[in-house]
Amino acid sequence: MSPLWLWITIIVVGLLTLGIRLSFIAFLDRAQVAPLLQQALRFVPVAVLSALIAPALFIPNGTLILSFTNSHLLAGLLAILVAWRTKNILLTIIAGMACLLILQALLPAH
Amino acid sequence: MTTPRTEFLHGMRDELPILIGTVPFGLIYGVFAPGAGIPPLIAQAMSCIVFAGSAQFVIAQLVAAGTPALIVILTAFILNIRHMLYSASLAPFTGKLSRLWKWLLAYLLTDEAYAVAISRYQKARDEEHTHWYFLGAGLALWITWQLSTAAGIFLGGQVPASWSLDFALPLTFIALVVPSLKDRSSIAAALSAALVALLAFSLPLKLSIAVAALAGIAVGLVLEIKPARSA
Repeated sequence: MSPLWLWITIIVVGLLTLGIRLSFIAFLDRAQVAPLLQQALRFVPVAVLSALIAPALFIPNGTLILSFTNSHLLAGLLAILVAWRTKNILLTIIAGMACLLILQALLPAH
Repeated sequence: MTTPRTEFLHGMRDELPILIGTVPFGLIYGVFAPGAGIPPLIAQAMSCIVFAGSAQFVIAQLVAAGTPALIVILTAFILNIRHMLYSASLAPFTGKLSRLWKWLLAYLLTDEAYAVAISRYQKARDEEHTHWYFLGAGLALWITWQLSTAAGIFLGGQVPASWSLDFALPLTFIALVVPSLKDRSSIAAALSAALVALLAFSLPLKLSIAVAALAGIAVGLVLEIKPARSA
């Protein structure tokens, strides 16, 4: 993307985000969120982030690798375990990165 | 007896534990965004203009993949819609504030500021200075985010590519998602979004992310509604 389009993108996203944050505080202060929408919104971060995680683990270099030579997948699985047990962001990142770097040093490149 | 000053400082103090998690997150964004092809100035401007960590990461990742602007905007929009829920839950408490205050607090309304502010509002319903508490918490986060992303951008140039630092991004997402998988429906939402993202990977324009996210939301919603009806 050219710098001009990058500027346009971040300004549009910024305005949309501000509009979302202002919605009820400034414009709809007597309205209520429909219960169904409220339930749907709860799943948004989990769904979007999972949709980004899966390809990074299974399709690391543009091709699907379903084997134990996929170092990204193994490091990701370890990170999931660490995140589950510790709920610690920094520890999760450190464990995953260390695992990836070690595996990449040990395994032959694909 | 509280004053605007004591509430402001109290908000900053209560935000502190969250800031410890924000610093590495901001550093990683700062390293990652220029690596994704976003010039340093624009990467830092994004921290001011968008001011939403996970959306900034997603934008950087999509830009790196050569995604057209419209799809980037759509995906970031879907991700940020959750803030509407925060806005709705705070609105009863901010009704009497001036327009300037409402805009200022809305600009500072992130996941991290919301978490702290809402618990204060719920504890001190008749408190007249609680918006200062919100401002203190929000501003502490804002300053930390700007400084840590700037530090990351500065350091980023020094990190060699062989360190695979771009992998820190999905790891950060894992660290954010996994602790929030507390029930059957959110686990199902995560797994189905992941599966659809893989199946739809070859869709043009990185549309797979938006499609997968909508599929995950739908699955979570269906599972959540079902038991309520049979009960």
